[in-house]
Order: sequence, then C-alpha cells, then structure tokens
Amino acid sequence: MKMKLITGAVAAAGLMAISATANTAHAGTLDDVRAAGELKCGINTGLPGFAFTDDSGNWQGFDVAFCKALAAAVLGDTSKIKYVSLTGKNRFPALTSGEIDVLSRNTTWTFSRDVDLGFTFVGVNYYDGQGFIGRTKLGVKSAKELDGASICIQTGTTTELNLADFARDNKIEYEPVPIETNAEARAAYEAERCDVYTTDASGLAATKATFDDPENHMVFPEIVSKEPLGPLVRQGDDQWADIARWTLNVLINAEELGITRANAAELAKGTDNPAINRILGSEGSMGEMLGLSKDWAVNAISAEGNYAEIFDKYVGPDTPLGLARGLNALYKDGGILYAPPIR
Amino acid sequence: MTAGSMGDISRLWRDERSRGVIFQLMLVLGLALFIAFIVSNTIANLQSANLASGYKFLKDTASFDINQRLIEYSSTSTYRRALVVGGLNTILVAALGIAMATLLGFVAGVLRLSPNFLINRIVGIYIEVTRNVPVLLQIIFWWVILLALPKVRESLKIGDTIFLNNSGISTPAPVFLEGFSFVLIALAVGLLGTFVIARWSRSRQAATGQTFSVGWTSLTLIVGLPLVTFFAAGQPLDWNVPVANRFGRLRGGVSITPELIALWLALSVYTGAFIAEIVRAGIQSVSKGQTEAASALGLPRGLTMRKIVLPQALRVIIPPLTSQYLNLTKNSSLAVAIGYQDIVSIGDTVLNQSGQALEVISIFMGFYLTLSIVTSLFMNWYNKRIALVER
Repeated sequence: MKMKLITGAVAAAGLMAISATANTAHAGTLDDVRAAGELKCGINTGLPGFAFTDDSGNWQGFDVAFCKALAAAVLGDTSKIKYVSLTGKNRFPALTSGEIDVLSRNTTWTFSRDVDLGFTFVGVNYYDGQGFIGRTKLGVKSAKELDGASICIQTGTTTELNLADFARDNKIEYEPVPIETNAEARAAYEAERCDVYTTDASGLAATKATFDDPENHMVFPEIVSKEPLGPLVRQGDDQWADIARWTLNVLINAEELGITRANAAELAKGTDNPAINRILGSEGSMGEMLGLSKDWAVNAISAEGNYAEIFDKYVGPDTPLGLARGLNALYKDGGILYAPPIR
Repeated sequence: MTAGSMGDISRLWRDERSRGVIFQLMLVLGLALFIAFIVSNTIANLQSANLASGYKFLKDTASFDINQRLIEYSSTSTYRRALVVGGLNTILVAALGIAMATLLGFVAGVLRLSPNFLINRIVGIYIEVTRNVPVLLQIIFWWVILLALPKVRESLKIGDTIFLNNSGISTPAPVFLEGFSFVLIALAVGLLGTFVIARWSRSRQAATGQTFSVGWTSLTLIVGLPLVTFFAAGQPLDWNVPVANRFGRLRGGVSITPELIALWLALSVYTGAFIAEIVRAGIQSVSKGQTEAASALGLPRGLTMRKIVLPQALRVIIPPLTSQYLNLTKNSSLAVAIGYQDIVSIGDTVLNQSGQALEVISIFMGFYLTLSIVTSLFMNWYNKRIALVER
C-alpha cells in the first residue's frame, strides 16, 4: 500500500519535472552552444564532395567545412563539433526540435521552407540546378525530347517537384521511377530500369565520374530548376542567424580580399587595407557586435580557408567531382557570388 | 470535516472492492493527465516553432507524379488525392500478398506432412530459409533478380502482345464496348445459379445422402453462360495492346512494375512460410483417431483431408493466421526501399514538401490501424462462423 502511494507521488513529481523542462529549449542558441562547449551541426549522411568521412573516420567536405568555420568563429576550435548526419526526411524535424544548432546539408532555399517551416536561411554557399544524365545511345540531345521515357528520381526531395513541373511545362509524359537512396537509384539506372536519371547537377557530375563507362553517358544541357543550397537555422534567434550569415559572408569576402588560411593570422596584425583590417579585427569591433571574440573571422578563415580554398579542396576541378566554379565564381569573375561588405 | 465522514472514507478504503475501484479511477485519471500533458506540450512547442498544425495542407497541390495509379491522379491533384492513391497501392499489394501467401502457406503446410521424404525436405528448407531471413533483404533480393531480366529492347514476348522485361510485365488491356454489360449480367446470373444449386445439393445430401456433382453444372453456369452471351452480343470487347515507343518503353495496355512484383513475391513467400507452420500445427492438432475413423469408413485420403481434418484444423489455424495477415499488411510499408509507391513512400514525399510531420505520421497510423481492424473484424467473424458448434 505505502509502496503504491510512493510510486504515485514519484510519478506525479516526474510529470511536473517534465513540464518544467519542456519550455526551456528556446533560449539564445549562442549561449546554449557556449554552455555545451560544442556546436551541433546537421550534415548529409554521405554525399561525395559535400559530406563524407575520410580514411580515419573524420567528417570532411564542402558542407562540413562551413560547420568547422562556424565552430571556429564561435568557440575558437574546429574540433568542438558534434556532427549529426541526417536524411532528406529527418533534417527539418532535427533543426526544429533543437537537436542541431545549424543545418549545413545541401538544402535548397525555398519560399515554403523559409516561411512555412519556420527556418531562416543564412545565405547561399552553392548555386546548383537540377539536370539529367542519359545514355548516348538513346539518341536524345535534350531533356525536352524525353516524352515517353522512364525517369529515375530520388524521392522526398525537391527533385520530384521540379521534374513534374518541367514535364507539365513541356507536355512530356513519363514514367517516374522513384527510389529512396542515391545508391539504389544509380543501380536502377545502370540496369536500364530507367532511361535517364535526374538530380542536382553537382550530384550528376559525381555520379558520372563513378561509372565504368562515363563516355557512354551524357549530361543534358538543360538545367530545369534553381537550387540555391545553403545553411539554415531556426527562425526567431536573430543573433544566432547573424552569426551564421556573417561567418559565410566572411569566407566569401575573404576570397575577394585575398585573405587565405595561410596568411590570415599574419594579415590580422594590421594592413593598409581597411576592409581587411575590419574583417580580421585590427580595426573596428565587428566580433563584439556579434557577441563573439575579436578574432572570430581569423578563426573562421583559419579553419578550412576562404570560399575558394574550400571549393577547390572538396569539389573543384582537381577533385573527383571536377566541378567548375561557374555560377559559384565571385561576381567579378563572371559568377554571382556577391557577399555584402563587412563594415 | 466531521468524524462520521472520515469514518466513511476509511471504511471505503478498507473495503477491498471499493479500494480496487479507487485505484482504477486514479490510474485512469493519471493516464488522462499524462496524455493531456503530451498533447498540450506538443501543441505549445509546435506553436513556438511557428509550425501551423492541422490538416489544411491536404488541400494543397501535390506537384509530384506517381507511377502506379489505381484512380485518376496527376501532379495538379491535391496531397489528399496523392495519399489516397498511396493507400490504394498499399491495399492492392496487401490483398495480393494475403491471397498468394495463404495459397502458398496451405500447400506448403500440407506438403510439410507428406510421407514423401523429398517433398517433405524441400518444403522444410523453404520454410526454414525464408522464415529466418529479414523480409527487407528478401524484398531487395527479388527486386535485384527482376532488374536482371532482359532490358526493354530485348523483352521476352509472347506473340507481340505480352512482354516481360526488367521494367515489368506489359499485357493488353481489355476495352469494353457497348453491349458488354449483357456479359456481366450473364455472369451474375451464373454465380447466383451456382450458389442456389450448391445450397440445394447440400440440403439434399443432408436429407437423403445422395450426392450431386456441382462442379460441372457451376462451370457451365459461370463460364458457359457468359461466353454464349459474349458471342451472341457480337463480341463487344477490344484489346489495347502495348506498343514500344522510341525509348523501347511499352506504353498502353496494362503494365505491372517490377517493384510491385518484387514486393508481392517477397511478402507472400515470407509470410507463406509462417502460414505453412501454422497450417502444419493445425493439422497435427486434429486427433489421429479422426483420420483413422475416416479411413475405416473407406473415405479416400484427399477427401479425408478436405472434409474431416481441415475443417477441424481451421479452428486452430484462423486466429494465428489473422496476425500473419496483419504482419503482411504492415510489412508492406518496407516498399519504400525499392520505390514502390505505397502510402508510406508517398506520405514521405508529402511530409518533406509540406513539413507537416506530425499530421502525416498520424495519417499513417490511422490508415494502418483501420486496415488492421477491418482485417481482424473480418477474420473474427469468419472464425466465429467455423467455430465448433456445441449441441
């Protein structure tokens, strides 16, 4: 009898404890990250060039490099990161629930994600677009000639929507062959279960590079969608969004101003260029305005280098992906990469 | 508070029955509080995350395509329509799977008891291998086998009408012309006639012991009558034959995707093995005296199995069989691995587009719950019907 009463009391107390902790998740993210001593960064489960584990099991890649720059800016240490690898399906709940502080997982910035899902995109770190790859023996030179084809797609991504829109626009009837993972979609394409495979152009380049007979496949010229990929945070914490946004802008501005991983510490001692001085902290107090240390930008750039260094290291022409800068070149080099000034 | 009422309460407490009631009330109250807490906490957190809850998103345009549609659907349809298409695809594969698994299971279960060593062992190997390999692997196994079939341009074909390749099976589709309704009426008449004759024959056998061969009469009624009507009405039927397009893809007619076939085979082979064991156990539960009595009366082996053993075994078989049917239905959600567009696969896409995770998951749960309850109700009704009637 006594036992039962005690059990009941414990249960009731437990219930109250849960209610008490339920609403503490939305304090300042910066304080949370500092208190935890680590940045929880959401990344892909595995995408060549963007997020992959190296031989010793450490996460590397274009998207991972942003996590490192952000951790360096906030905590001054690139090793204090907890990587959470997420699928296309569970990435948004993970961010909403606070399981991660920032999502850097080749995620397309769209209206509904920004407005309806309650996120804030902090910028674009890769301008992508959806393309098609097909066998040369089909005799097709353009995606507009695909009427009657079977098309492999990855499910649960914006790819499905873009394909349906493109088909409606061009009056194409097709059989969608939706497959959950990139690996199985490729297997289906290679077995000729479908005639063409569609995904983001960066992914197509990576896929084509791994075929046994790349010369028998061609990427069609059409890019059927805009896919501005970038990191995002929860809506409602403007300070944290600013930190993430300006960390990305620092990397792009660093390329423009010629600040590299190698010379960042040296330049931080002071130069004749006021723009460089403001970024690196020898003039003004940009770091303090964000609630960070004075050398936040030096740390961010020292993590993996400026934008160009990160691009070349993971996805550029000398990597297996072999992607050209294209749209992702600086505005003065013919691309559309244009970061607001830091002043 | 007076001393009297205190006494009442302590009396209530001492009484074992009323104390039991009080504890149960407390438990119910506690549960209700717990559920209310979960619900209110979820709603509060969703609101603070700026997520609109509710099912209004179902009216939005889906904007994606589905390859297997049992009802009209296009990318301009709503999310609700897309989910209905997915639900029907789940029901289709579950129904096909249940039919095939039952057939396979009963045959294998009976053969498992065969005195023939070879048959007995072969069935034994089938059961042990399939029961002990995860069904997800079996689904992918069958899918990979089907992908290894000839490619579309090298299809195996029967007279340029039926094609088999690694994109599935394509067969001509019937096109019903004016006057086909007479054939359907004839079929209905045939079925009704068979039913009446079967009843009459059963009651006559019960009364007089004379048997009447229902088989041939019903065949004539069900097949012959509609066939005669068909020719009399001037063959009101045309065929839509699949034709290869410039990609070698077969369009027109009926196409069955390799994803559906793989899922169907995997689910029925897997569940069939469990059903075989249930059937074997059911048969062995019937006392040996029944079989001996039947053979003493001179009944042949086949008839003994059909008329004496199986009807009694069914009473043991049906309840576990029901749970196998439910398992099969729920396992069909593994379809997403090979891209069969069932409710989970389509729902995942809806979830990703709309971001309404909680709502979509609740739809999944409601759907499978309803499907399982309907299956159970039907099986319970059937179980009651065949249960031992005690006199």
